[in-house]
Amino acid sequence: MQISMDIINDNLIVTLKGELDHHTSEDARKSIDQQYYKNNLLNIVLDLRGLSFMDSSGIGLIMGRYKNCKEERGNMSIVSTSPSIDRILKMSGLLKLMDVYSNIDEAIKD
Amino acid sequence: MEKNYMKLEFSSKSSNESFARVVVAAFASQLDPTLEELSDIKTAVSEAVTNAIIHGYEYGEGVVLVEATIENNSIEIIIQDNGKGIDDIDKAMEPFYTSKPDLERSGMGFTVMETFMDELVVESNIEKGTKVRMVKKFKSLPYEE
Repeated sequence: MQISMDIINDNLIVTLKGELDHHTSEDARKSIDQQYYKNNLLNIVLDLRGLSFMDSSGIGLIMGRYKNCKEERGNMSIVSTSPSIDRILKMSGLLKLMDVYSNIDEAIKD
Repeated sequence: MEKNYMKLEFSSKSSNESFARVVVAAFASQLDPTLEELSDIKTAVSEAVTNAIIHGYEYGEGVVLVEATIENNSIEIIIQDNGKGIDDIDKAMEPFYTSKPDLERSGMGFTVMETFMDELVVESNIEKGTKVRMVKKFKSLPYEE
């Protein structure tokens, strides 16, 4: 899996590409947390559009980052357009906690 | 569809999670599944294999066994480990329950398997291991006697 990150104002924009499972989620967690705390950021936007696969390890990753954002009084949002990923997000109840956008600009604007 | 069978054994390493789900999905593809059905199978296999590695063997050495049988319009998938076993299966299957909260696990593994597959049976014996049996029926193929 590939992970790339950008900072726009107080937002950490995380773009994931490839497959997010137990094996790949550990590295993603470390990289995201490192950037988030090192730069004293507030919000995280997680762009999942480049993922071809995600299982419940991805849910664990999102939940953990959501908790971190809340502790810093920030917000977490997701960018996704894939029906299979949306299905697992919906099942996990995460959509009650955060918003899903179809592109990064909309996610930042809110 | 004529009966067909496969068996796969691999080390309990997390790098094998993608290997296992891709193999089962490739085997299932002869049933002409929809993209959604294929994604369901990959996700369910990934959850069961991840459980075997994290909970069954607790990241230690071990062998994970995956078997799949195609018959008529359905696939039966068995994922087995010889690890520590599950104390309380009912508890383990509750949504959001995790025995390892420090690992940021979502506790959704069995819920995902249950939702994405048509049947799920979990058998476990302490210090002997866990066997997960799942069945998925494919809508794309008409059932032939």
